[in-house]
Amino acid sequence: MDFATLIQILDSSIRLATPLLFACLAGLFSERAGVFDIGLEGKMLAAAFLSGSVAAVTGSVWLGVLAGVFASLLMAGIHGLAAITFRGNQLISGVAINFLASGLTVLLGQNWFALGGRTPALTGDARFGPITLPLADTVAPIPFIGPIYAEMISGHSALVYIAIACVPASAWVLYRTRFGLRLRAVGENPAAVDTAGISVTGIRYAAVAICGVLCGLAGAYLALGLAAGFGKEMTAGRGFIALAALIFAKWRPWYALGATLLFGFLEAVGNRFPSIDFGVITLPAQFMQALPYVLTVVILAGFIGKATPPRAGGEPYIKER
Amino acid sequence: MSLMKHFAAATASIALTAGAAVADPALIFDLGGKFDKSFNESAYEGAQRWAKETGGSYKELEMQSEAQREQFVRRMAETGANPIVVMSFSNIETLNTVAPDFPDTKFVLIDGVVDQPNVRSVMFAEHEGSYLVGMLAAMASKSDTVGFIGGMDIPLIRQFGCGYAQGVKAVTPDATVIANMTGNTGAAWNDPVKGGELAKSQISQGADVIFAAAGGTGMGVLQAAADADILSIGVDSNQNHLHPGKVLTSMLKRVDNAVYAAFKAGEAVETGHVNMDLAAEGVGYALDENNEALITEEMKAAVDAAAAKIASGELAVHDYYTDNTCPAVSF
Repeated sequence: MDFATLIQILDSSIRLATPLLFACLAGLFSERAGVFDIGLEGKMLAAAFLSGSVAAVTGSVWLGVLAGVFASLLMAGIHGLAAITFRGNQLISGVAINFLASGLTVLLGQNWFALGGRTPALTGDARFGPITLPLADTVAPIPFIGPIYAEMISGHSALVYIAIACVPASAWVLYRTRFGLRLRAVGENPAAVDTAGISVTGIRYAAVAICGVLCGLAGAYLALGLAAGFGKEMTAGRGFIALAALIFAKWRPWYALGATLLFGFLEAVGNRFPSIDFGVITLPAQFMQALPYVLTVVILAGFIGKATPPRAGGEPYIKER
Repeated sequence: MSLMKHFAAATASIALTAGAAVADPALIFDLGGKFDKSFNESAYEGAQRWAKETGGSYKELEMQSEAQREQFVRRMAETGANPIVVMSFSNIETLNTVAPDFPDTKFVLIDGVVDQPNVRSVMFAEHEGSYLVGMLAAMASKSDTVGFIGGMDIPLIRQFGCGYAQGVKAVTPDATVIANMTGNTGAAWNDPVKGGELAKSQISQGADVIFAAAGGTGMGVLQAAADADILSIGVDSNQNHLHPGKVLTSMLKRVDNAVYAAFKAGEAVETGHVNMDLAAEGVGYALDENNEALITEEMKAAVDAAAAKIASGELAVHDYYTDNTCPAVSF
């Protein structure tokens, strides 16, 4: 494998990791506040659909993003209502959201555009174009550093840079602000937060809403950045890979960046080398595809460190009377 | 008002008697969905053509999951529909189970062989059509590197890829064919993002013509190719119009003809094996106003000559199904 190939693979890794990173951070906020969310997939799908539809109709990519965030927030609202207000089972509510998004997107899509659930193909301003970072063309001829900057770091769409900026922002919000402290406390010991006179419900709703916004960006990136429009079931399990990444990252923002980049890298390598020949054994493509899940199981089994979920995760908070 | 009611009742009763006299044919789409712009949509077009020409109506169902296969076919047979066209090789086992229970109903299976007395098995010679588009790809390529992106990794898709690679090698023996499969599950048919990423990976390796045999995933491949200003090749239906001037051609699999023929024959449809190959015009390549500037006279002449040779049996394209290996490319 030469240097140029490595750069291409890393470039591809960043593109593939971005939707995972958004979804992983989304899950992180929700789960850190004690609301398990396996509906990431459904929220992304709903966001991808509405962002694709609105971008196709208005021709504006940013209106598309807004619409995507709105769709995802609606789904998050349903999840919040079921899991927080009505104290329902969070897993069941998440599954319901996945089913709802899967069916509703195709139904509405067929009704609006009559293209079999697809949205019309996007062109021009309705899609995210690549952003060339300053000086990219100037440094490109410099050996080694030039290609890294010009090809790998520069030339992605706006949402990629937003996703990466979300990592330090999330870390700062979670660990350096009062809101973050309360959010983490709600996920560990909601009764203590309640005793301090802070609304557990309010904090949990806020966390679920942040989760909705981030999932909305993930879905919008799929439909407007990577593909050109929405296609039926186009998330193809990325929401679940993001959940695996969340566990792999032990519910921490910087680790989430590492985990999603690793998973993106594994997918990019699998795309480039369908089967890897080590001379003695040949690894089939299936091996690379399964690796994210295998790694997550290894983590869960406690071989590499220990992943401790938020203590109050999955439990609706019932105020004592 | 009461007159209106009478009319309505009369029309309804006519419709009912008409339904009782001749059973409606039925079409059961597979998991890709009715509007996949590809395999299933082609069948839909065939059925629509029949409906328009005869003014008849037909029933249809769309499979949503693996678990519904037997249930859907059985339910359709119970409604009295005849013949019932079932899409995809995935239903071989389904028909082996269901067909014996409905001996008076004729079933037509597209893309698979079922040895039951009331089943018509329609197979397409995908390798022959793919061979032709492979030749076109090799002639259009400047880098002598072309790509193939399959959907789910199954023998049927390898059949496409194998024929394609043979066509490429027939024109340019030392050409490189990069082959990728999208995945191993049904999700591989509907992942345009991964399709686009695979296409970008192949483009970075020098490919300048990419053939997508991947259902909805192919939409991402065609898009990525158009974005990078290289050529792509569509599959099953004519996909040239999706990116005019950027899609070199489409490998046509005339599922529409097979469905149309079955619907037209009605209950009298012949059972047994049917091979829709080049000679039977079951496969081919698409040439229309969207790609006429891309296909030169020499290219067309070369491909048509090869098509005639294949149809007459003079030129044999290796069939992946015979030995599950491909001489031209490894997957």
